[in-house]
Amino acid sequence: MIHNKETIPEQPAPKGTIGPIAWLRSNLFNGPINSLFTLLGLYVLYLLVVPTVQWAFIDADWVGSSREDCSRVGACWVFINARFSQFIYGLYPSEEYWRANIVFAMFFTLIAWMAIPRLPFKRWVAIFALIAFPVVAFVLLYGGYFDLPRVSTNRWGGLMLTLLLASVGMIGALPIGIVLALGRRSSMPIVKSFCIIFIEFWRGVPLITILFMASVMLPLFLPSGMGVDRLVRALIGLTLFQSAYMAEVIRGGLQAIPKGQEEAAAALGMTYWKRMGLIIMPQALKMMIPGIVNTFISLFKDTTLVMIIGLFDLLGIVQAALSDSRWLGFSLEGYVFAAFMFWIFCFSMSRYSQYLERKLNTGHKQ
Amino acid sequence: MLNKKYLALMVSAGSITLAGMSSAHATTLEDTIDSGEVQCGVSDGLPGFSAPDDDGNWQGIDVDVCRAVAAAVLGDSEAVNYISLNAVERFTALQSGEVDVLSRNTTWTTTRDTTLGLNFTGVTFYDGQGFMVSKDLGVSSVDELDGAAICIQSGTTTELNLADYFSANDMEFDPIVFDTSEQTVGGYEAGRCDVLTSDTSQLAALRIQLDDPEGSEILSDVISKEPLGPVVRQGDDQWFNIVKWSLFAMMNAEEYGVDSENVDEMLESEDPNIARLLGEDGNYGEEMGLEADWAYQIISQVGNYGESFDRNVGMDSPLEIERGINELWTEGGIQYAPPVR
Repeated sequence: MIHNKETIPEQPAPKGTIGPIAWLRSNLFNGPINSLFTLLGLYVLYLLVVPTVQWAFIDADWVGSSREDCSRVGACWVFINARFSQFIYGLYPSEEYWRANIVFAMFFTLIAWMAIPRLPFKRWVAIFALIAFPVVAFVLLYGGYFDLPRVSTNRWGGLMLTLLLASVGMIGALPIGIVLALGRRSSMPIVKSFCIIFIEFWRGVPLITILFMASVMLPLFLPSGMGVDRLVRALIGLTLFQSAYMAEVIRGGLQAIPKGQEEAAAALGMTYWKRMGLIIMPQALKMMIPGIVNTFISLFKDTTLVMIIGLFDLLGIVQAALSDSRWLGFSLEGYVFAAFMFWIFCFSMSRYSQYLERKLNTGHKQ
Repeated sequence: MLNKKYLALMVSAGSITLAGMSSAHATTLEDTIDSGEVQCGVSDGLPGFSAPDDDGNWQGIDVDVCRAVAAAVLGDSEAVNYISLNAVERFTALQSGEVDVLSRNTTWTTTRDTTLGLNFTGVTFYDGQGFMVSKDLGVSSVDELDGAAICIQSGTTTELNLADYFSANDMEFDPIVFDTSEQTVGGYEAGRCDVLTSDTSQLAALRIQLDDPEGSEILSDVISKEPLGPVVRQGDDQWFNIVKWSLFAMMNAEEYGVDSENVDEMLESEDPNIARLLGEDGNYGEEMGLEADWAYQIISQVGNYGESFDRNVGMDSPLEIERGINELWTEGGIQYAPPVR
């Protein structure tokens, strides 16, 4: 019997099982049918990509200031260029752009601060973001104080309005949603039935109907001269609508926590709010991240519906620009731009939520 | 149908409430002077009528009505708060007081004038349903279109007008229906139909979007009446007069040859019509609660009707719509303003 006391030294994987060629062989060409499909797929991709690149980059016109600068063979990005500041700020007066810029800068700084784990004072920044920032942003954007000229809300628009609607909707919907979800699971009959009625009402009505009611019907019921600003009406409608959806997402998360957790907490003598705040919610919210982010993304895209009540969000201002007789016929460029902007925001939200899930993962994941 | 009835009911209920309230409030003119801005409802973007330009300023023939009212009332044509409204909410916005003038390519019809608690103040643009054909077809009149394939946008009165006209004249047509105006143009361009029909103001905008605008022409025949004009609430006759005469002042100015360039020289004019219009002879603004130079302000800041037409929809604009029946009565059209005296 021969014993080999030495371990065989580690060897690289056999040639032909690593490297890009091997990857291609095992994933794309591992058999005649798969090879055929790969080639077919490449051909379809070729048919799609080449004309797109040709249109969007090679034949495109980039510089100029009017439609005469566009050959109309490829894309006319001159249109986007000429209208860019309008797409960002809407019809906000251009000499006041600096005010919107400050708000933008604060907004993105606060988000970055909250999102990057290394940065300190999270609690204070959060308090500032939720309490002081909305006031500062309102004073800056609306004006009327400190010698700032007033800019009425029907001049707000573009990306600025989209972000405003989305962030107010998100920040408003989350706490209302949590309260509604807890209320729906409550054992108190009045609280419970109120929450059920509220959720089922708002979930049962299309958002477009709510916005129409807010803009067409509501003014008729209010005494004249007591008109509520249409942006405020849209914000309230959007927030209440989203909070109903949010409540159901949160309720789903709450139900996934085993009953033993709450019973154990109760056995320790914890009050209701302590049980919820210290035991149930931290576990549940973590599991709800995909659902919550899903709701946020759909809210972000739903904001375009305010277009039908005459507010110029990002998509609305693009459409308004398309109806300028000096720029007729560039709808494709306009819509591609709007789609790209929406994709940037939705994709970053989705990536951040994946990162958050990994970070908070404490073994619930299977 | 039920929805519409319900809405109409709510609207009338609303206007009754409003009528009750308005006595307790200041007049529209006082409110406007207080706030320093004319609250003007415009469309959410219609080429040549109201759309924001590259600098975010509203431009268009409808917008010029708002500017004229602001110039007459406040002496500053820029003192306007534009509120963009869609087709459904436009009347509610006016009834509820959110806007004081609605200048949004609104067709003057009996129903709208008599049941909504509103008043039409005049006609800024006589529109009508027209036809766009390819020049290769060699067609010069609607009556030659028997048996043609016609592209239409669905769900609009355009479809009904077309059917009415063709059956009344004992002609056949093959309707090709599309959902949006962009699809309609696409269908026309792809050769799915020989003819595209829509309001003439729309046709001009659609024609520009063709790959070869020169290859198509808009027939001069129209088969429906679409008089578009500004609207105000009932119950404030002073404001009604102001909006009405702001438009009349622009038309009178064109008739007497006064425009934004020569208005200062015209102040010296011997012509009594011009002297009365510009407030040099008598004070016709006073009765409306305005300054004597109300019309001077309109003409110097906004221009006369012809200037506004040419700049926004006419030959100086990309739309290049012919004046046609929108020409003054002295030039063979039907635009006619009562005299200032």
